[in-house]
Amino acid sequence: MTPDHTPISSTTDATPAADSLLQVHSLFCERDERILFSGLSFSVSAGQLIQVLGSNGSGKTTLLRIICGLNDSYEGDILWCGIPVREQREAFLASLLYIGHRVGVNRILTPRENLRWSASLHTPVDDHRIDAALARVGLKAYEDIPCRNLSAGQNQRVSLARLLISPARLWILDEPFTTLDVYGVRELELLLGEHIAEGGSALVTTHHRLNVPCAVERLNLDGVEQPL
Amino acid sequence: MNTVSTPEVSTWGAFLATLRRDLLVAFKRRNDLLNPIMFFLIVVTLFPLGVSPDPAELTRIAAGVVWVSALLASMLSLDNLYRADYEDGSLEQLLLSPQPLFFLVLAKNIAHWLISGLPVVVLSPLLAYMLYLPTEAYWTLVLTLLIGTPVLSLFGSIGVALTVGLGSRGLILAVIVLPLTMPVLIIGAKAVTDVMFGLPVGSHFALLGAMLAVALSIAPLASAAALRISVS
Repeated sequence: MTPDHTPISSTTDATPAADSLLQVHSLFCERDERILFSGLSFSVSAGQLIQVLGSNGSGKTTLLRIICGLNDSYEGDILWCGIPVREQREAFLASLLYIGHRVGVNRILTPRENLRWSASLHTPVDDHRIDAALARVGLKAYEDIPCRNLSAGQNQRVSLARLLISPARLWILDEPFTTLDVYGVRELELLLGEHIAEGGSALVTTHHRLNVPCAVERLNLDGVEQPL
Repeated sequence: MNTVSTPEVSTWGAFLATLRRDLLVAFKRRNDLLNPIMFFLIVVTLFPLGVSPDPAELTRIAAGVVWVSALLASMLSLDNLYRADYEDGSLEQLLLSPQPLFFLVLAKNIAHWLISGLPVVVLSPLLAYMLYLPTEAYWTLVLTLLIGTPVLSLFGSIGVALTVGLGSRGLILAVIVLPLTMPVLIIGAKAVTDVMFGLPVGSHFALLGAMLAVALSIAPLASAAALRISVS
């Protein structure tokens, strides 16, 4: 299936759809006396995949961290199901799964121990599901090996296994493809496709051309269309 | 998955899982486990060598020496509290948990105390014996340490949370943490000395207990706020 790329402008004030889960209104962020974005508005509805594009230093990571609530230095409104995120932080976090540059995998612990802890912070799952998730991301037989003995790509896969054991509706992934091999990339694309098909939403930063069986909306922080 | 439903969450489960995880990490890194205890033992054993092996002299300084060493041992191990989690991104995951951060931070602080504080409490009678502390002061020493060392972990956590994002921390941590923990040191050591002179120590225990109560209720909040600042 050919992915249908619909570019959406980062500067127009899009009217939020009624069914949108996440709405961002006229977001403004300045860092080191440089305006990263101003008047940025967009919305994410159920079953929507948004690819955030932009050159290095254009504020992709900052945008994702602002939405998650890890970065507070912004102006504007972020709404979850129509209510400001600040007023319902717990409900928002319960529906959110974030994987950043630092993948959140402890090097001393094994993949299974890492996942057990990450799951318990949100929704505890039993070990069968953890093992199944690890097998799905290609880490079968690595469950009990300390993560410091695994490669960077394998550590990334441990963090991606979180996608499989989490009931979160909104995935926010910051450069999830960087250390993955071609099979890993394919697997993650499949996961994204399944998540969207189930009515979930995702915000992904990547320069990789997403090959997913659903529409990909593009949010360009440079304001200029880039060739992919 | 089409309905807006909040997944069932359990704060107690997340608290226990965080406590278990931190203990597991400590047990897998034996150095972290042994360093504070070894440091405590070495510092205390150096005093008879450096000051004087005279029992009368040692009896006089015993309480202070054990308490100062306990404080230093606690500070030495503080850095492990959030450092690794900050570097590997686990701290972000902790902050993005829908569970109250207060309890997650408290779990980490309790784990730190179990690793660095409890061994000091358990070993203190042995060192008290070595420093010729009168036997009637043993229980007071153990009890003051038992109430005081958790306060050291809880207040220390605020300092580490504030400085975890800084590249070179150097003495900043000590400058933040020492003023907060000084009263604990003064009252703890004073209680032991007073018992040796047959003075009542009820008020010292009341003060230590009050400090622990304040630390338990306020310090995790402060640590949580400091972590949010450090991560952003």
